[in-house]
Amino acid sequence: MPAIEILGLEKTYRVGFWRKRQKCALRPLHLQVEDGEIFGFLGPNGAGKTTTLKLLMGLVFPTSGWARILGKEWTDPEVKAQIGFLPEQPYFYDHLTAHELLNYYAQLSGVPPKERSRRVDRTLQRVGLKDVHGVQLRKFSKGMLQRVGIAQAILHEPKLVFFDEPMSGLDPIGRREVRDLMEQLKQEGKTVFFSTHILSDAEALCDRVAIIHKGELRGVGAIADLTSSVQGKVEIVWQSTQVPASMKALGADCHITGDTVRAIIDENQQDAAIDALRRERLRLIALTPVRTSLEAYFVEKLQRAETSAGRTV
Amino acid sequence: MRARVAHIASNTFREAVRDRVLYNLIAFAGLLSGAAILVGQISVDIEKLVVINLGLTAVSLFGIVIAIFIGIGLVSKEIEKRTLYTVLSRPVRRWEFIVGKFFGLAGTLVVNTFFMAIGVFAALFYVSHKFVRADGLILVALYFIVLEFLIICSLALLFSSFSSPLLSAVFAFSLFVIGSFAEDLRGFAGMAHGITRWLVTGAAYLVPNFSAFNIVSSIAHEQPVAAQLILHNTLYALFYAAMALSGAVLIFENRNLK
Amino acid sequence: MNRRKTSWVAAACLLGSLVASAILLHHSDKIRPQSTLREVLYINSPQFLKRACLGYSGLLADIYWTRAVQYFGSRHHDEAKSYDLLAPLLELTTQLDPHLIVAYEFGASFLAPPAPSGAGQPDRAIQLMEYGIKNNRDDWKLYYDLGFVYYMNLKDYPKAADAFERGSMIPNAHPFMRVLAAQMAQHAGEFDTARMLWSATYQNSQDKQIRTNAVEHLRALRVDETVTQLQQAVTRFGGRTGRLPASMSELVTAEDLPHVPVDPDGHPYKLTAEGRVEVRVPDDFPFATKGLPPGYTPIPKFHYHEQ
Repeated sequence: MPAIEILGLEKTYRVGFWRKRQKCALRPLHLQVEDGEIFGFLGPNGAGKTTTLKLLMGLVFPTSGWARILGKEWTDPEVKAQIGFLPEQPYFYDHLTAHELLNYYAQLSGVPPKERSRRVDRTLQRVGLKDVHGVQLRKFSKGMLQRVGIAQAILHEPKLVFFDEPMSGLDPIGRREVRDLMEQLKQEGKTVFFSTHILSDAEALCDRVAIIHKGELRGVGAIADLTSSVQGKVEIVWQSTQVPASMKALGADCHITGDTVRAIIDENQQDAAIDALRRERLRLIALTPVRTSLEAYFVEKLQRAETSAGRTV
Repeated sequence: MRARVAHIASNTFREAVRDRVLYNLIAFAGLLSGAAILVGQISVDIEKLVVINLGLTAVSLFGIVIAIFIGIGLVSKEIEKRTLYTVLSRPVRRWEFIVGKFFGLAGTLVVNTFFMAIGVFAALFYVSHKFVRADGLILVALYFIVLEFLIICSLALLFSSFSSPLLSAVFAFSLFVIGSFAEDLRGFAGMAHGITRWLVTGAAYLVPNFSAFNIVSSIAHEQPVAAQLILHNTLYALFYAAMALSGAVLIFENRNLK
Repeated sequence: MNRRKTSWVAAACLLGSLVASAILLHHSDKIRPQSTLREVLYINSPQFLKRACLGYSGLLADIYWTRAVQYFGSRHHDEAKSYDLLAPLLELTTQLDPHLIVAYEFGASFLAPPAPSGAGQPDRAIQLMEYGIKNNRDDWKLYYDLGFVYYMNLKDYPKAADAFERGSMIPNAHPFMRVLAAQMAQHAGEFDTARMLWSATYQNSQDKQIRTNAVEHLRALRVDETVTQLQQAVTRFGGRTGRLPASMSELVTAEDLPHVPVDPDGHPYKLTAEGRVEVRVPDDFPFATKGLPPGYTPIPKFHYHEQ
């Protein structure tokens, strides 16, 4: 059973003083997220990522379409007990301490009273917040608030978590910690759906991604599939201090670093290159297929969308 | 369901208290003690009257201001600042949120009024040196003031459910002022003709009618209060608050939270 | 409970509580009649009020004025016998806003006359007028109102003449002030003078109650005048024939009257067996003093409703 099934969710806002103009925030979206995977929802700012999340959370009502979360209708309040949500740039009650806040959330999520204290302590430790007893949230830094946000999302051991820009406001160490956390969640069998515009994070974590731009889905799939482009380039590394003529003849793009040379050649020149090296008696170090980076794929998809004729938003 | 409402209410109470709301009590206490001492020295045989009038009016006004600002702050602000998102992503119904907020606010005000009441009675004792039977009427007046607060809280919530913090405060305060003159408004309606008459009459019934709640002057003159009036005011406050809250729920349930 | 169901429940609750609160309000008017007014007058120190209302005394004056009008109107409608609160209300109003002329006019029309058509306090009315004059020296109408009270209710013709005289000297005073002053001297107490005064009151006021009151008085004057004339005709008939006329038509023919006399509502006057001239429906003329059946007490109600 897929964790999330989005069936044609659409959101159009009426803007302007007389609410006459229409602004389409999300075109009918069809998407499925499988159980137990880390799914990245990518797109530039304003693409519709947050809109999608808000629709799924029931904060905003769709113009049309519907969705299923964990097999139930997305508006079913019972579903909420099994999901966690971290909104973008969260803000919490200024005058509560982290413990009080999480305790409050635990109450609302239906965590049994005996369990609450333990869970809160454990979760705070897990997100790396130590020694925050008695400190009011208004004194927390942005990074600390982000961690609190993550804490409230996983506190009640939900099966599915939604993170909207989970890395924002964190320094590199913090980001690493969050990445590790997300990996842990996956190992615990949970599904993670997160939106971001930072591609390197997605590349490191996600099983599958979807790319959205101007409210429309541009591509879905495993990263490996998406980026195994038809380009078919190969990177060949050998030990040498100079580039032999035969390699140059192949039109290779060569870089020399110390006593190693790297060159990018077409896939179909692979055998010719290996032969050339053998002839020259040069030691082959590595031969690796070159994947397009996710970034390149991303940019390409977006550019194609921009130049498409007749597209209106 | 009820548990969630209770949790939201107690959290609201805690936020209000931490937000240093109760510091207003210090200002109130200062005002009242100053007045009591001053009056005690003037001693023109109306000290009791002044203490009761001043004390109860202050309780009423301080409370209304708190009701409006905390009421607006705790809901409108929450919507604006998105603390609401994490709450609503949990199995909390939107209506539970509104109702919980209402009880939290009401609770804050009742506690506040309780402390103020102690202050009033203390000042009264200071000037009169004893309590008489008629002083029990003060409790009735305080009860009516608390009923007023319930109405104002519900209105604050109603406006917060769709309007910005500033506008909500303005609307709520305006309705308080208009409500104080509601009986006159109904009188105006009686003198108008045609469409105006219907419109003004409608407005006069929609607006909260606080005239019946303000018995400060009469109890200062030790006039008794009819039991029927107590019953009437209680029922009116309950129905009016229910009306405003229903409106708040209706709006909030159907609102896109951007 | 899904969103739609919750919305319907909320809407039903809203409507239900709205209706309930409206009913309660309606009912409460019966529990506390006039109590706001009584409470209002607990703070009967105008100086205090003026300071307490933070400079919005004009608005407060308007509110008190409205309450005064309502107070009088509703009690009048309910056929009350006294209007104790009228004087304090008008005094408060004018102290808060001394330039609210209509309040003085109202006092002249309704404070001075005796119960049940007024508060029966002509002296307070005089005080009110004098206060108004002191604060509005350029308003000739206040002198008119003063003179009116002296004439109508205190029957003090010299003082009335003096008031009209003083008023006539204000620039752009109405010419009839001078005429009234003169009338006082010679024809005080006569129908024409009274008619002049009531017509003047009617013409110079915008307030509905004042105008209606004036109209009722004019109608009553008409009746009084006609009945007096008819009664005189009956006496003359008796003097000539030594008996009472058998009917109104006989009187009309015998005394050579132009037509059968009718009252301002168009109903012919009656001639009783005892030779009294009476109106058909006395209740229609609450201020008439003649043509009423013996033992009749008038009800203070406005029958004539001006459009």
